[in-house]
Amino acid sequence: MEYFAQQLINGIALGSIYGLIAIGYTMVYGIIGMINFAHGDVFMIGGFISLITFLILVSFGLTAVPLILLVVLLVAMATTALYGWTIERIAYRPLRHSFRLAPMLSAIGVSFVISNFAQVSQGAQVKPVPPIITGGYTLFERNDFAVQLSNVQIIVVLTTVVLLAVFSFIVTRTRLGRDMRACEQDQTMAALLGVDTDRTISMTFVIGAALASVAGVMYLLYYGVVDFYMGFVAGIKAFTAAVLGGIGSLPGAVLGGLAIGLIETMWSGYFSIEYKDVAAFSILIVVLIFMPTGILGRPEIEKV
Amino acid sequence: METDAAAPAPGNPPPATSAGFVLKKACLSALVAFGLFALMIGVRTEAGGTTAQLIYWTRFGELAAVVVAVFGGSVLVELLRSRFGHLEPASFAPQGLQRPLAVVRRLIGPALLGLTLFVPVIFYDQRYILDLGILILTYVMLGWGLNVVVGLAGLLDLGYVAFYAVGAYSYALLATTFGLSFWACLPLAGILAAFWGILLGFPVLRLRGDYLAIVTLAFGEIIRLVLLNWQSVTGGPNGISDVPRPSFFGIPFDATDDGFAARFGIEFSATHRIVFLFYVILALALLTNWATIRLRRLPIGRAWEALREDEIACRSLGINTTTTKLTAFAVGAMFGGFAGSFFATRQGFVSPESFSFLESAFILAIVVLGGMGSQLGVALAAAAMIGGFELFRGLEQYRMLVFGLAMVLLMIWRPRGLVGHRAPTVFLEHRTAISSSLVKEGQG
Repeated sequence: MEYFAQQLINGIALGSIYGLIAIGYTMVYGIIGMINFAHGDVFMIGGFISLITFLILVSFGLTAVPLILLVVLLVAMATTALYGWTIERIAYRPLRHSFRLAPMLSAIGVSFVISNFAQVSQGAQVKPVPPIITGGYTLFERNDFAVQLSNVQIIVVLTTVVLLAVFSFIVTRTRLGRDMRACEQDQTMAALLGVDTDRTISMTFVIGAALASVAGVMYLLYYGVVDFYMGFVAGIKAFTAAVLGGIGSLPGAVLGGLAIGLIETMWSGYFSIEYKDVAAFSILIVVLIFMPTGILGRPEIEKV
Repeated sequence: METDAAAPAPGNPPPATSAGFVLKKACLSALVAFGLFALMIGVRTEAGGTTAQLIYWTRFGELAAVVVAVFGGSVLVELLRSRFGHLEPASFAPQGLQRPLAVVRRLIGPALLGLTLFVPVIFYDQRYILDLGILILTYVMLGWGLNVVVGLAGLLDLGYVAFYAVGAYSYALLATTFGLSFWACLPLAGILAAFWGILLGFPVLRLRGDYLAIVTLAFGEIIRLVLLNWQSVTGGPNGISDVPRPSFFGIPFDATDDGFAARFGIEFSATHRIVFLFYVILALALLTNWATIRLRRLPIGRAWEALREDEIACRSLGINTTTTKLTAFAVGAMFGGFAGSFFATRQGFVSPESFSFLESAFILAIVVLGGMGSQLGVALAAAAMIGGFELFRGLEQYRMLVFGLAMVLLMIWRPRGLVGHRAPTVFLEHRTAISSSLVKEGQG
């Protein structure tokens, strides 16, 4: 029971990170119907940027943790937003009217470029950082097993909840959100009615990338390591989360993320840690087969 | 130069490009590049020495160089664009050159085949070239195998390497456990891989486009992870070593009295085996090619192509999409399995490392580069890709970067591939007003 509670907490924290990445997938898929294969690598870049910013700040003698965290978040979000914008502009926009497989293949190329760029520019080794946020609470203790809730976990979950609220507000209440939903339904019609579709799609990528970088910062806080390859597996898991939650739905993405995070931690806790990725990938296959619309998704209508 | 003739189409005049416009655009590009690279290139982190504490140092010189390069590149691109307009793929060869080109296209296949047949004779002493030839032919075969799934049936398979792995491990396990020979294992490996293809095919039947791609990717990763972690059977990360080398239909290639050299009364040489391997993979690749070409003329091949063009129309015309997709997966997987068991016998060693997603992407890139559906295109693309990788061997770490960039640029400029084109094998004698290559692909 204690062990279960501990895994539950760990799973929710991990799931929040997946959820943040999944939002980027779900928004992009919703609006232009493509899997942004490079999104996981944008998340990885976010991790690297935050690591570098953190190092620079510390070497300048900054010690106030909230201030460091704020600056790191802002720098990481701004830089990865620029990555998102550039990727869309260079690799996806020229292909918008190309044949069906072209954007996907281009995205795979972008994914290779980004992960290898990180490898070339920052080296292939795993980069560890000392724990930035320490401490936590012991929720309860029984049978010599203390169920811990660390401060990092609280921050991760809180950030996710706040960001989800903010971006749900943007999508449902603002002009930009209305444009996004209009593009999602019918791009041509939206353009005819005066929606700047190019700008809207760009903004979708920018927002998705910024959220991925927040996930990157959280990952760095939570695990204390980054490496150039982490985007691939995290990306696929987050995509699984997006599909599980119902593609196109923001709360669905976070819900799916939580589900994937919980399944992964429970699997590693009770079965085998080696096969945790196999479990996640199997869920992807099973969900796509039996529940392709996900938990909160709308059924897709096939048009001729 | 003929390309100079590719003036902008009438009614689409080149944009008035002033120096100021070009400069402004280049400055913007440089600014974006600075934003992208300031931290990633300008600062280098490293886990330092014994303390495991991260240290960093700055590299502003490199950063400046990259930003200046982006600026220069941007100016160059803008100038080229204003000079030539947007280069349309079709405008590369003018009308007068089309007919000779078609003749060359028809002759190049047999000519290449003839040349390949004599490679072991010409380069008998050059082990490096023979090895490279075997490698290229292996990828040609994999490309042709995947071409059935992606090029003909239009199903984007990102996990093709899984079948390659199944073939390789099937042979390695059957040979080391039961002592079966290569020639007995080859069909078994093909059948097992085809079986896995059907197994994967069943669940993904209902998926379309991108979802299918992701599921096949997940499947490929599952296979790799299982191979990596199922220590008792697959040997885990260490793989299986001492996989038997192929024999000349039972006669081993060694220096003993029963060996190939002694039986045929020639002097023993290690090259015999390499030459034999070369012809084996050539034969396997040609088998793949022959089977594919024949299948294209059968109803099932026609159904594949129809499926690629429009799935909904296919279903409306009474084509059983289930069996059509399954056979495409099974046939493609079978060739992957053949190639896998050849890989195992050539290397004498298999490990999960050889079957990463990268390999799938590489094979897919060959098919895409070759023009999805064109047999000759795939073969040329395989040679170009492996050759390119060999050329850049010294720049190991930049290879994948260039590979990724090439994939993006290819999709932007020549999405139909550099060499081939994909037109259905059958079409109405009286062409419709809009040819199939102009309309958007069916969303099926």
